[in-house]
Amino acid sequence: MSEKVLMKGNEAIAEAAILAGCRHYFGYPITPQTEIAAYMAKKMPKIGGCFLQAESEIAAINMVYGVAGAGKRVMTSSSSPGISLKSEGLSYLAGSDLPALVVNVQRGGPGLGGIQPSQSDYFQATKGGGHGDYKMIVLAPSSVQEMASLTVKGFDLADKYRMTAMILADGTTGQMMEPVNLSEVEVQHYEKPWAVTGTKMERPHNIVNSLFLEPEELEKNNFARFERYKQIEENEVMVEEYLMDDAELCVVAFGIAARVSKNAINEARKKGIKVGLIRPITLWPFPKKTLLAAAEHVKQFISVELNMGQMVEDIELATRCKRPVTLCNRTGGMIPSPAQVLAAIEEADKGGQA
Amino acid sequence: MVVFEKPKSLCDVPLHYCPGCTHGIIHRLVAEAIDELGIEGKTIGVAPVGCAVMAYNYFNCDMVEAAHGRAPAVATGIKRADPENIVFSYQGDGDLASIGTAETVHAATRNENITVIFVNNAIYGMTGGQMAPTTLPGQVTQTSPYGRDVNHCGYPVKISEMLSQLEGPEYIERVAVNNVKNIRAAKKAIKKAFQNQVEGKGFSLIEVISSCPTNWGLSPEKALQWLEENMIPYYPLGVYKDRTAQKEAEAK
Repeated sequence: MSEKVLMKGNEAIAEAAILAGCRHYFGYPITPQTEIAAYMAKKMPKIGGCFLQAESEIAAINMVYGVAGAGKRVMTSSSSPGISLKSEGLSYLAGSDLPALVVNVQRGGPGLGGIQPSQSDYFQATKGGGHGDYKMIVLAPSSVQEMASLTVKGFDLADKYRMTAMILADGTTGQMMEPVNLSEVEVQHYEKPWAVTGTKMERPHNIVNSLFLEPEELEKNNFARFERYKQIEENEVMVEEYLMDDAELCVVAFGIAARVSKNAINEARKKGIKVGLIRPITLWPFPKKTLLAAAEHVKQFISVELNMGQMVEDIELATRCKRPVTLCNRTGGMIPSPAQVLAAIEEADKGGQA
Repeated sequence: MVVFEKPKSLCDVPLHYCPGCTHGIIHRLVAEAIDELGIEGKTIGVAPVGCAVMAYNYFNCDMVEAAHGRAPAVATGIKRADPENIVFSYQGDGDLASIGTAETVHAATRNENITVIFVNNAIYGMTGGQMAPTTLPGQVTQTSPYGRDVNHCGYPVKISEMLSQLEGPEYIERVAVNNVKNIRAAKKAIKKAFQNQVEGKGFSLIEVISSCPTNWGLSPEKALQWLEENMIPYYPLGVYKDRTAQKEAEAK
């Protein structure tokens, strides 16, 4: 495929996963990510892969755990309530240092919530979700092209650091159609000598395990894991800066909120307001340095989110509260309009904190 | 001449099980079956949460420790990753018949080509003797101190009977390890459960009626006697499903 093809965001994730060498997919039906499973169900049997509809989200993530333990690329996808169910498995994957890709096409919550787009699993994705000291690499695509490229990147990072990478998308990016170029997929390969592939009577047995009854040993493992997390924070931050060079105001937004914000920023620029955008592509690791640097020259940050402001405190922490951070948001499946974001920018420009 | 030795598929380490516990016997039977079939190098075991949680340190083959009840799903993943490998799970009653019921039933109904060793001793051992899904009516445990009241918390789950109603699974047998005769039968069943997988026949589950002297509050010998007098009448031994045998019988 050398030219662009028109695809839904969810389909782009599925095709990119296959191109990244993923041959095992396990999932359980939930809106609005169904196209991923449907695509896998169609494709996997034709290419010698395995699509299996699990009896539950819990079973699906544990099947992922099995394949990951056996050293192969594997994924599951779901939407918010399903990710809550998978959270036990996410903790075990972390505790056993297993690589996997998990997709969350977010919908409104809490509870059964709704089926419209949302970003209200930001805390769950970036702060843990399951129990214990652990992190996931969290990637936030804002276009169908990024749904594909970040999926490939997610598999590579997961293998490189032996951990879960999560695609934190939303119902909009999942459902919308855009042209995608899938011709330039480059895949990294990582050796997995720790995998349970059978000893072939040639090596001592491998054990995939998250139980360490000696607290000293568990602490040692957690320290080692967080050393790796530190490397990730050093080396893997991805962020887009838009019109930030002369910006006096800074909108911070990820995913679909960033696209809405760009429209508003373009309108504001026409009115002579010096406003730019910082778009975290990795939500963990969070682009702390970029935000701290921006705090030197902007007078206010405006966080645009499809939730009750879950990213605000990360911006405040990253900028050491040097500048005020205000919130422009909708929640429950609603999306802020460019006009709403523009109004927030204009309010901030007047010197008010909106 | 060596006439009796430790199976090669068992690691040469001390087991943590309580004195008189039958897990040691069942570990040995599993290891003997793996040795005799010559499959150690391509076998991957899945340990449960419960008393056998550290089974990953005891079997010499590659091992994975699963979350509570999830072993059949984890085993499914491992098997699907490389269908040439032999995959077994080793689970207790709380793990398999309570928190992991869904995973058990669905692995069975998919006829997942794995081997499940289900150790039923009617109690949660590791956490100190709470009521299990298989605790007998009237049986006293830490969380049924006046005896299991079936009007309050229902009846024991009969896994072999339940699963044998499904179209999916290949082989379901219930055995016990309370005496030499039963142990020999258990060995035969366990070996067959692995042999079925080697032959690609599908899901085999062996329910092993076992004892828990510590949490039953009985001596090892009395516990085996209690097993014989109480467990076996409630959980009758025998083959509950054998699709291949069924087909052969129908063909005649």
